[in-house]
Amino acid sequence: MALAKGTIEEITTRAARYPSKQSAIIPALWAVQHEQGYVTKDAMGEIAQILALPPSLIEATASFYSMFLTRPEGRHDVVICVNAPCMLRGADEMTAYLGQQLGVRDGQTTKDGAITWHSTIECLGACGGAPMMQVDHHFEENLTPERIDAIIQRLRRGVAPGEGAAGPEHASDRIKPSRSGGEGPSASATEPLRRKSPKRAN
Amino acid sequence: MGLKPLLTKDFHTENLEQLAVYERTGGYAGFKKALEMQPDELVELVKKSGLRGRGGAGFPTGNKWSFLPKGVYPRYLVCNADESEPGCFKDRYLMEKSPHQVLEGILIASYAIGCNLAFIYIRGEYLPQHEALEAAIEEARQAGYLGKNVLGKGYEIDVILHRGAGAYICGEETALLTSLEGYRGEPRLKPPFPAIKGLYGKPTVVNNVETVANLPHIVINGADWFGAMGTPTGKGTRVWCMSGHVNRPGNYELENGTPIRELIEEHGGGVWKNRKLKAFQPGGASMMVLLPEHLDVGLDFDAIQKAGSLAGAGAMVVMDETTCMVDAARRYVKFFHHESCGKCTPCREGTFWMSNLFDRFEAGDAKATDVDLLLDIGYSIDGRSFCPLGDASTWFPRSVIKFFRDEFLEHVSEKGCPFKRTAQEAVA
Ligand SMILES: Cc1cc2nc3c(=O)[nH]c(=O)nc-3n(C[C@H](O)[C@H](O)[C@H](O)COP(=O)(O)O)c2cc1C
Ligand code: SF4
Ligand code: FES
Repeated sequence: MALAKGTIEEITTRAARYPSKQSAIIPALWAVQHEQGYVTKDAMGEIAQILALPPSLIEATASFYSMFLTRPEGRHDVVICVNAPCMLRGADEMTAYLGQQLGVRDGQTTKDGAITWHSTIECLGACGGAPMMQVDHHFEENLTPERIDAIIQRLRRGVAPGEGAAGPEHASDRIKPSRSGGEGPSASATEPLRRKSPKRAN
Repeated sequence: MGLKPLLTKDFHTENLEQLAVYERTGGYAGFKKALEMQPDELVELVKKSGLRGRGGAGFPTGNKWSFLPKGVYPRYLVCNADESEPGCFKDRYLMEKSPHQVLEGILIASYAIGCNLAFIYIRGEYLPQHEALEAAIEEARQAGYLGKNVLGKGYEIDVILHRGAGAYICGEETALLTSLEGYRGEPRLKPPFPAIKGLYGKPTVVNNVETVANLPHIVINGADWFGAMGTPTGKGTRVWCMSGHVNRPGNYELENGTPIRELIEEHGGGVWKNRKLKAFQPGGASMMVLLPEHLDVGLDFDAIQKAGSLAGAGAMVVMDETTCMVDAARRYVKFFHHESCGKCTPCREGTFWMSNLFDRFEAGDAKATDVDLLLDIGYSIDGRSFCPLGDASTWFPRSVIKFFRDEFLEHVSEKGCPFKRTAQEAVA
């Protein structure tokens, strides 16, 4: 799938700002992932062409960073933290509950294609609100089974028929997450849903 | 001593992330004042204030700035917003609540060191904070704080916000620079230090978010005012990130030297569920465990080091009497194994073996001699790794073995985790 014009423009604009165009590799990978949901080898080839760099360099960089996806996932990403500070406040129990409710194992996608979930040993920087998980780009803190239920329901509702069509919402999807609170429970339950990637094939 | 909101003073103000509101609280007065000063004067001011880096190592900020070689340009300032140390969530809070304060600090530092292009390297997961900073940079540009001729004073500065993509090692300054250059984020050999040969081979200063957020206040109020707060070798305040088994986890900005007891018992509301304190860990995942007998130690780089741990990046993880210390150490070891960049063997292989051994203890497959095997592996990593990540992966587990060896042996004799069993029995 060829990159959208907007994505190509974003990559060239970024590249022009840095003293070295190579610095635009990670921003370019982000731009591609925002457009397509993940980064294919073909897309990396296109980045290489736009930046006039060897494809092997783009691939070497991309493979180092854990946030670049190489294959399609569910429409929503749920990542639950199990590092020590979260463990102390029941992250293991919440992880077990989440897996049970979604009915698929760690790393898998629910049958309806709505949610891919996995646990992570990386601290996500919200230990003060532990246990916590990241839903797409938003932090959900102070998890309880009830909160998890509500979040799953919200995500499933959010992908109801009709809402799945791709729209010209690239810019708004890019970096317009709902805000998370600095401390304490986040006010997220009432905030609007944001889809991870608008152009994902269902 | 005690609570001392300096950076967080106006955090209750609504819409503080907006330029107009930030200016109403005195925002950008520091940068305006700085522009009236000579860059060298600013470096001297920050040196005199005694400000030490808040990113982990506690290096004196003014001294770091003065290491830049004379007459070599361009030079760069990189604000380290990669915060990924387990237990830390203060930079996220500072960026989200007051992105302009961070930006103003970056502008002051840039002007002081003679830099015309600054970078903020922010961890990939911090998207709302990325958004807040992006909006702040745009607002500041409109208002003339950024650009080719800042406030008509002839100073040029631009700030590029650069988003990481999930790699803890990129918080280490040389790995960060390598990553910013577009490569895999592997650390580089020091020396040369970034001040001499940093980003794109040019003189570079790397400063933490909280470090730069102090600068506007130091410029406005002076070095003596700043120096009057804290301890002789730890001036000012720090934002402590408290998590774990306390009643009120969260960020607390305290004057340096405040006793740990006050943080945990007073501000944190004490250990939750009326349980007893077993241990706590300052600094973050890398740092050594401390015990209730250390509660009266002051929150200060040197005092915590004297007690046998490190203040690091300002975490405070509290563990109550039900905590399995073996499992806590296991999580951190798994984290370091996961985050090892793989460049050097002691860290790459050593964290793998430590992680395996810890799994054996939790699963009940370990032998008593495995405790010493863990220590042996630790010694073969610490001091033999290419960068501090490897070394630090051994500090917490070794300190836990030192104070809680019996818990390891119980895992052996009971063929599994004694704490999990109690928890299961409790609900049965
Ligand atoms: C493995 C590792 C991870 C680090 N992560 C961070 C980080 O996330 N943020 C940070 O500011 N400093 C981090 N540091 C420290 C930086 O290398 C550097 O010392 C710091 O950014 C300098 O800023 P300061 O002088 O203002 O403290 C890390 C160091 C190591 C060894
Ligand atoms: S110590 Fe670990 S993180 Fe550091 S260079 Fe070696 S392998 Fe990489
Ligand atoms: S340990 Fe889970 S967010 Fe920090």
